[in-house]
Amino acid sequence: MFQQIQRRTPLGWLQLSHNKNRLLVALAGIAFADVLIFMQLGFQNALYDSNTRLNRTFLGDIILISPQSRNMQNLATFSRRRLLQAADVPGVKSAEGVYIGTITWKNPQTRSKTTVQAIGFNPEQPALDIPEVNSQLDKIKLPDTFVFDRTARGEYQQVFQQIDAGKAVTTEVDKRTITIGGLFKLGASFGADGTLISSDENFLRLFPRRQAGSISLGLVNIQPGYDAQQVAASLKAYLKSEDVKVLTRAEYIKMEEDYWKTESPIGFIFGLGVSMGFIVGVIIVYQVLSTDVNAHIKEYATFKAMGYGNSYLLGVVFEEAIILASLGFIPGFIVPLGLYQLAANATNLPIYMTAVRAILVLLLTFIMCAISGTIATQKLQSADPADMF
Amino acid sequence: MNSEPVITIENLDHYFGSGQLRKQVLFNINLEINAGEIVIMTGPSGSGKTTLLTLVGGLRSAQSGSLLILGQELCNASSGKLTQARRNNGYIFQAHNLHGSLTAIQNVRMGLEVQGKMSPQEMLTRSQQMLEAVGLGNRLHYYPDNLSGGQKQRVAIARALVNQPKIVLADEPTAALDKQSGRDVVELMQKLAKEQNCTILLVTHDNRILDIADRIVYMEDGHLVSVGERGQKVGV
Repeated sequence: MFQQIQRRTPLGWLQLSHNKNRLLVALAGIAFADVLIFMQLGFQNALYDSNTRLNRTFLGDIILISPQSRNMQNLATFSRRRLLQAADVPGVKSAEGVYIGTITWKNPQTRSKTTVQAIGFNPEQPALDIPEVNSQLDKIKLPDTFVFDRTARGEYQQVFQQIDAGKAVTTEVDKRTITIGGLFKLGASFGADGTLISSDENFLRLFPRRQAGSISLGLVNIQPGYDAQQVAASLKAYLKSEDVKVLTRAEYIKMEEDYWKTESPIGFIFGLGVSMGFIVGVIIVYQVLSTDVNAHIKEYATFKAMGYGNSYLLGVVFEEAIILASLGFIPGFIVPLGLYQLAANATNLPIYMTAVRAILVLLLTFIMCAISGTIATQKLQSADPADMF
Repeated sequence: MNSEPVITIENLDHYFGSGQLRKQVLFNINLEINAGEIVIMTGPSGSGKTTLLTLVGGLRSAQSGSLLILGQELCNASSGKLTQARRNNGYIFQAHNLHGSLTAIQNVRMGLEVQGKMSPQEMLTRSQQMLEAVGLGNRLHYYPDNLSGGQKQRVAIARALVNQPKIVLADEPTAALDKQSGRDVVELMQKLAKEQNCTILLVTHDNRILDIADRIVYMEDGHLVSVGERGQKVGV
């Protein structure tokens, strides 16, 4: 087999490389299709990632939520008593409540009203895996003092400068004056432009109608040596009540992701984008290959007259398809790396290349070229050696 | 000269089209060509010369009668068998039909590669020797675009003869060439064919090259009209 390939004239490559302009146009076309696909997949993944980013920062092995809660922006509350009950279950080390809500505040810089997400928790016990928050726990113990997300979407540059210079910035929420005492870094998501974090007491002052006994999330940490799955199962059995759902950390993140996958148009929109890129690629490669087959139809007929079979010529067309796919993928992979960087800086969304995605797009490129090659080879039948005389 | 026949045609009829449009183009052809013979087939346009040539070469499937090429019956042969049969022949076309993306030596090598017997090194050596034999040893790596018409036709001859075929089929090989190049080309064919003891069946309108033939056959309206020896006047 290998010897067969070795002794064969690389006709596909010679044909492609003989016409440099056509080759460059073809590679540009494939690269373009690949860039389209990469960007769509990148944005899609960024949106899923950004929407589960907050979920992933909560410090809890097991998460309790209300069964009515569907996503981070739409959390129903449940009774704080469930946390105390949970503490009775063997293996549970601690159970803390978190308050989450959406408020409209005045942007301290522009003084226009904007919606942000507020999170409150017991400042004695870190609830979030954000070092900058955990180092400022003393600040949020002060009344009406909050820390704000430095990567929030919107016009906050002057606010950030002032805070970095050591000045406290104040603004209003429902006629109540609050102070931004510090900054942290989390990242904007599809559902929330910015996030305010403070103690549970400060949170409840912003939401006068919320009761201290109604919490949005319960973070349960387990003792070392216990398995989260097993503890979650015994919690479920113990908290038979219908107003609470027990999820492991992984299940909790998956719930959020599933919500966005099924309830939002993200998957559909970007799926459509990927198929458009794919179709563009198929059309471009088909154009290139069929032009090439047409241009060489006389030569192919001559080869048939010399005794080459149809399969040999099919091999030439597929050789061209594979070469185009491999070479076109190189710029199609490099260009998105830069574009991802550009888009990440512009949107604060977590857009980055993953090995899985690169392999997926490489496979798609090969499938794309194989489809085009299959359509293009139909013309080979018309290479009739009897026409040569 | 070896006198055993390499091409034996008996009662060959051929039709184009089907149904109402079915038209007979070859009528009861009988012809025997021996090994090493050079046979020129001539006659007016549309007389069926080229059709007969494509049948002998296995480029078309023969329909009725008998067509024995190198001991193989090609009448009603499968397409796989036809493809195999083509590998025993060398073809020279009116146009050179060289592959534009391949250099002269790569084009010639294609004639060997189809046999699937030699190592790449042997193929290159053979191709180079063949190009030297047609006087193009200094043009090995030229693309067809950079060769003259006569040079291209000589590369095509090298490609047809490189695998030492038993039969060479040529259709108007001199039509696109001037007098001198045309003469050179047929003399080259004659010389190489004698060296390799191969049989040549050549279709031409060109009266200037009739003298290279051992035998001239004349076709008209699908019938083989007369078979004459070299030097004889060919009656109409």
